[in-house]
Amino acid sequence: MTAGPVSITLTVNGEDVAASVPPRLHLADFLREHLSLTGTHLGCEHGVCGACTVRLDGAIVRACLVLAVQADGRAVETIEGLSASGEIADLQAAFIAHNALQCGYCTPGMLIAAQDLLRRDPHPDRAAIREHLSGNYCRCTGYHAIVDAVDATARGRADGR
Amino acid sequence: MDADPLSPLDRPHSYIGRSLPRPNLARLTQGRGRYVSDLALPRMLHAAFVRAPYAHARITAIDTTAARAMPGVAAVMTAEDMAPLVTPWVGVLTHLQGLRSPPQYPLACDVVRWQGEPVVAIAAATRALAEDAAEQVIVDYAPLPPVVDAEAALAPGAVLVHPDLGDNLAYSRRIDTGAVDAALAEAAVVVGARFTFGRHTGVTLEARAIVADWDPAEARLTVHQGTQVPHMMQSVLATHLGLSEAQVRVVCRDVGGSFGIKIHVYPDEMATVAMAMRLARPVRFVADRMESFVADIHARDHIVDARIAVRADGTITAFDVDDLTGIGPYSAYPRTSAVEANQVINLIGGPYGHANYRARARVVFQTKTMMSQYRAVGHPIAATVTETLVDLAARRLDLDPFEMRRRNLIADDAYPATSPTGLRFEGLSHHAAHARLRDMMGYDGLRAEQAALRARGVHRGIGIASFIEITNPGPAFYGVGGARISAQDGAVVRLDASGSVVVQASVTEQGQGTEAVLAQVAATALGIEPARVRVQLGDTDAVPYGGGTWASRAAAIGGEATWQASVALRANILALAGSMLQAAPETLDLRGGAVVDAADGRERMTLPELARIAYFRQDTLPRGVQPELIAARHYVPRDYPFAFTNGVQASLLEVDVETGFIRLLRHWVVEDCGTPINPMLVDEQVRGGVVQGLGAALFEHCRYDAEGNLQTTTMADYLVPMAGEMPDIEVAHVSTPTAESALGAKGAGEAGTAAAAAAVLNAVNDALAPFGVTITELPITPEVVLRALGRG
Ligand code: FES
Ligand code: FES
Repeated sequence: MTAGPVSITLTVNGEDVAASVPPRLHLADFLREHLSLTGTHLGCEHGVCGACTVRLDGAIVRACLVLAVQADGRAVETIEGLSASGEIADLQAAFIAHNALQCGYCTPGMLIAAQDLLRRDPHPDRAAIREHLSGNYCRCTGYHAIVDAVDATARGRADGR
Repeated sequence: MDADPLSPLDRPHSYIGRSLPRPNLARLTQGRGRYVSDLALPRMLHAAFVRAPYAHARITAIDTTAARAMPGVAAVMTAEDMAPLVTPWVGVLTHLQGLRSPPQYPLACDVVRWQGEPVVAIAAATRALAEDAAEQVIVDYAPLPPVVDAEAALAPGAVLVHPDLGDNLAYSRRIDTGAVDAALAEAAVVVGARFTFGRHTGVTLEARAIVADWDPAEARLTVHQGTQVPHMMQSVLATHLGLSEAQVRVVCRDVGGSFGIKIHVYPDEMATVAMAMRLARPVRFVADRMESFVADIHARDHIVDARIAVRADGTITAFDVDDLTGIGPYSAYPRTSAVEANQVINLIGGPYGHANYRARARVVFQTKTMMSQYRAVGHPIAATVTETLVDLAARRLDLDPFEMRRRNLIADDAYPATSPTGLRFEGLSHHAAHARLRDMMGYDGLRAEQAALRARGVHRGIGIASFIEITNPGPAFYGVGGARISAQDGAVVRLDASGSVVVQASVTEQGQGTEAVLAQVAATALGIEPARVRVQLGDTDAVPYGGGTWASRAAAIGGEATWQASVALRANILALAGSMLQAAPETLDLRGGAVVDAADGRERMTLPELARIAYFRQDTLPRGVQPELIAARHYVPRDYPFAFTNGVQASLLEVDVETGFIRLLRHWVVEDCGTPINPMLVDEQVRGGVVQGLGAALFEHCRYDAEGNLQTTTMADYLVPMAGEMPDIEVAHVSTPTAESALGAKGAGEAGTAAAAAAVLNAVNDALAPFGVTITELPITPEVVLRALGRG
């Protein structure tokens, strides 16, 4: 049964947030249901599909496997924040140009995972891209266009575009 | 139809056939999609279900007292509580003669017939509270023997899923044309096999989601649903909730994947709507992943015994087929669960020119999750059976797989043609597609490489699979059987006061790019940029009536309706411009957002200027001229029951004979969808379809134990294809437009799925040829490979 609510303070996309949450609430539900940040999606809630990928203190995590209370005192970044800051604008543009999404449900998680790769390895080959995105399920595309888009972004960044 | 002197393809500045990016993607990349699972309405409640823990059991008692008393719980409902609210449904159609299925209810009454069948529905303030309450419901069951195996279900004395029906046979059909026995007797080679196909399911990344909202003051029900078929659902909801269709609005914005899963009527969704009506509060149900595995439609649970008769010169003379499929305890509503088996026996042998064909399909009830249409209905089964047999026969005759197919594929100049199963082909391009594929994959080089690697103990395989695909079905598919499922779609196109264009259409967007395609079509007819066309879909209050998205029809049928409406609007615009400019309308054209002289392209008046006068300065128009800057058209194919497409796929892979692991190296597809309106979108549709087929080939399987318990209820147990295991997929096109429509477009949504598994199976068997073994089972897991090699 439910234990009493817990107070947490954290930053979400740079904004201070204070909330009182049930201890069993996971971070993805907290973002979606409490903060209406519905760009973080849920596909499995057991850590396999990657739809819920967000950044926690700069590292990517599966928000369905992190409890909201574990984010207390930490910094969360979601697709909404990464879009607003412009950090992944080129990657988003490449996804659009290459038609690397159909329904788009995997896309926020896919973009955050891809950006994580590009920050660590600016020149990944196709196999490395596939490998890094292997925790992000997409049912619609054949992954091929996603790999194309990440590849094109890496090249664009290398050319200083 | 309004005559247009130019075909869509050669109009100046045509956007048809161009790979333009989709207009609606920016918001999806920024997390601004509007999926039903994101939707929160004021006072909204959340649904959860108590589901059957047994495959087959009698419910002896239900105690909801504790659950009802819990804080935040608004309703706890059983079948008895649902009875006055929802009438049961029956998944039969009159043209599927003999198909039987008992009435199905939103919640199980008396007997549960699959593990996961909803028994009690709960609405509470949050999903977590609803789940807590579900745990407090006590249901007593008396277990009954399960009916798991489809063959055993037909054996004398088998346990009956529905005792009233007398046996477990839901449907059977036979086809017998030509002289199959004579062909078998005269054949130089007869090869046969038993094929078994693992059940799998759609695994849409966004699960099924619905928000139902009943407004008692207006007596109107609004249902927000991730669906492919808003008008079908409007009709279903009205029929079974005792409302008129005018009282029901179905809204579908973004959908996180569908693939045929979101086209059926689900008991848990009907129960959700009933709770919303009872409580007069919005209720949301979003299936969790486990619920998706046990309650989403499954597909492809088939056992096929089949053989092929071939002359010494490689000519195929006959197929003889027996298909058995288990569909769970009910035929799905309203499209039934007989269509898959029907399509299997209609499609087997489809690419080839044999004259003799015999088949039987039997569809049986079981106590497993329900089975019905999922992407490429029946096609992967038909292609796998056909293409494996063709390859086995070729091997016996020592013919190369391409050469074997060349000798048997229907000639490209032989159309129109009719198959022995009665399928009518308007125009296909098998030989052109095979030539293109062979060239694209560098076939001869791959064979040389394969031989060299084999000498070093590396076992590569090359597999080819031809296919035909049913697209653009006409009313003979469902409408003729009595279902309120429209084969027609409509489009309304208007020029607004700003000179921009709005298209409202009855087809829907599931991510395949419908909005983009309709914008390109309207923009082409109206001579404006696609960016100035806004497309509105998925709202029964706003769009014309129509079928929605199924059987690869949205682009071709919705596109044609949009084309016709746009051409009609164009005629209205030109007539109006003619009266404003004192010019004959036929001397004018629309290009670059303006009315121009057709002869030399000189601009006479921009569309915003024309619209300004039409909407605000009617006083300047001649008497009797009334601007009508809106046009509506509907389209349904009538000449052919379906627009068949064709294509061929190839797989290159490597089998590790020590571990049984299969590594996919490359995959190629050549397909012919007529006019591709946006080739980039078609390519990724095909690739996405291929990957679903590859999943079925190697990984995906809804595994049951002997008691009918589903063993694969998480994504850790049910394996889906991920980026790391998938190869690059090269796609090329041959184009044989249909003459039935102005655009000439056929469907493209299922081609990839149709033959991917067949190509992989042929490649695996090609790799294993030196060992003299043949696999005829999907998915081809490492265990299956090792067992075949006698190492398991
Ligand atoms: S929802 Fe978190 S990994 Fe699938
Ligand atoms: S685009 Fe639909 S799941 Fe990836």
